[in-house]
Amino acid sequence: MRILVVGGGTGGTIVANNLARRLAPEIRARKAWITMLSASDRHMYQPGLLYVAFGQMMPDELYRDQQSLLESSIDFHVDPVETFELDKNQVKTKSGALHAYDVLVIATGSRVMPKKIPGLEEGAETFYTEAGAVKLFKALREFEGGKVCIVVGVPHKCPIAPVEVTFSLHDYFKTRGIRDKVHIKYNYPINRIHSIENVAKWAQPEFDRMGVEYETLFNVEAVDVENKVVKSLEGSEDRYDLLISIPEHHGMDVIESNNLGPDGWIPTDRHKLTMEGHDNVYVVGDTTNLPVSKTGSAAHFEAEVIAENIASIVKIGTPVKDYDGKVYCFIEAGHDRATYAMFNYENPPDLKAANKSMHWFKMSYNKMYWASVRGLL
Amino acid sequence: MNETKIIDARNTFCPGPLMELITYIRQADVGDSLELLSTDDGTANDVPEWIEKVGHEMISSEKVEGVWHITVRKTK
Repeated sequence: MRILVVGGGTGGTIVANNLARRLAPEIRARKAWITMLSASDRHMYQPGLLYVAFGQMMPDELYRDQQSLLESSIDFHVDPVETFELDKNQVKTKSGALHAYDVLVIATGSRVMPKKIPGLEEGAETFYTEAGAVKLFKALREFEGGKVCIVVGVPHKCPIAPVEVTFSLHDYFKTRGIRDKVHIKYNYPINRIHSIENVAKWAQPEFDRMGVEYETLFNVEAVDVENKVVKSLEGSEDRYDLLISIPEHHGMDVIESNNLGPDGWIPTDRHKLTMEGHDNVYVVGDTTNLPVSKTGSAAHFEAEVIAENIASIVKIGTPVKDYDGKVYCFIEAGHDRATYAMFNYENPPDLKAANKSMHWFKMSYNKMYWASVRGLL
Repeated sequence: MNETKIIDARNTFCPGPLMELITYIRQADVGDSLELLSTDDGTANDVPEWIEKVGHEMISSEKVEGVWHITVRKTK
């Protein structure tokens, strides 16, 4: 069985490592092979970008060599796929290599698309890239007062990030002693302040306590950079001194250019995690079009199901697990408290009050991630 | 697009039915119809409120065997 994993982010790495352990006897007996193709020789811990934006982590803390995270039995190549030939069970890479497979796992992730909104790239800061997070921190360091607006594109990776960055802004300016000179305005696309109802019910009184103004049903339509005004599809306008964007995301260009799914999101069975119409193609993490959060956590739980199913197909000829929509998200409620949201397709999250213990658990997880992605946690 | 696009947002909490609709309506062409499936009763109020505010068109809204079927048309 030739298993090909395309993409070396959280989902792809966990699938590959988990499979390498489960199939160790078959790999030794040369009955199974695992190959990974990635666009990069480095692996980024993306949730760390929020900490970079507030000067709490340095960018180099976010990276490890991808090869060092993989089981030695995985054949790893830095050679991104350019063409998917699903009807022939093969892919072609940038170097011109041809990789045939029996089972394909697509884990190519997502990318920010600020260019979709006129003026957003020029007018707004963001923390979804390393360069953006560093630039935002420098802007915050220089900020002496005025109005900070937060705007949120749809869809976006890490749905908790809008409230987390807002709480962090409050704590950051409070620590600098200028909170009374900063007006924080939070704008959100739907008609409550977070997509998860229980998160909205928890966050709204927190915003009230912190003096954060909020507006709902605000989908960014354009940014007037010269006059520092952000305009919504719904007809409202907001003047700002500093604009922070959680940008709209798409799947990767290679998915769009190969016509695997609109906007780069691949149509995926919500329980089997197979690509619609292709039973030997699995999709993991941000790359799916599933109505679940685009987070490392969702990718992790999906990856475990996919690995267990591919291994069981090798061993007994059939998959054994269904994905239940499980997601677990830490929620930083500022710089010293946190809570979490855990939910699946059937059960909404039941939020607990934020506390210091959860914050330190999250800080610990920022280090434990490297064990998690190796498949050790 | 000739057929109504079905958006299956049943049994989802994040990003949730209205966020799913916004995602797909951004992909759609003017004149396209989209039918949102949701098991969240709040959707029956949330979607018409957004559609009215943003200026798209509500076509229909009905609950069938515990599932809301809400059809809208992109107008701009």
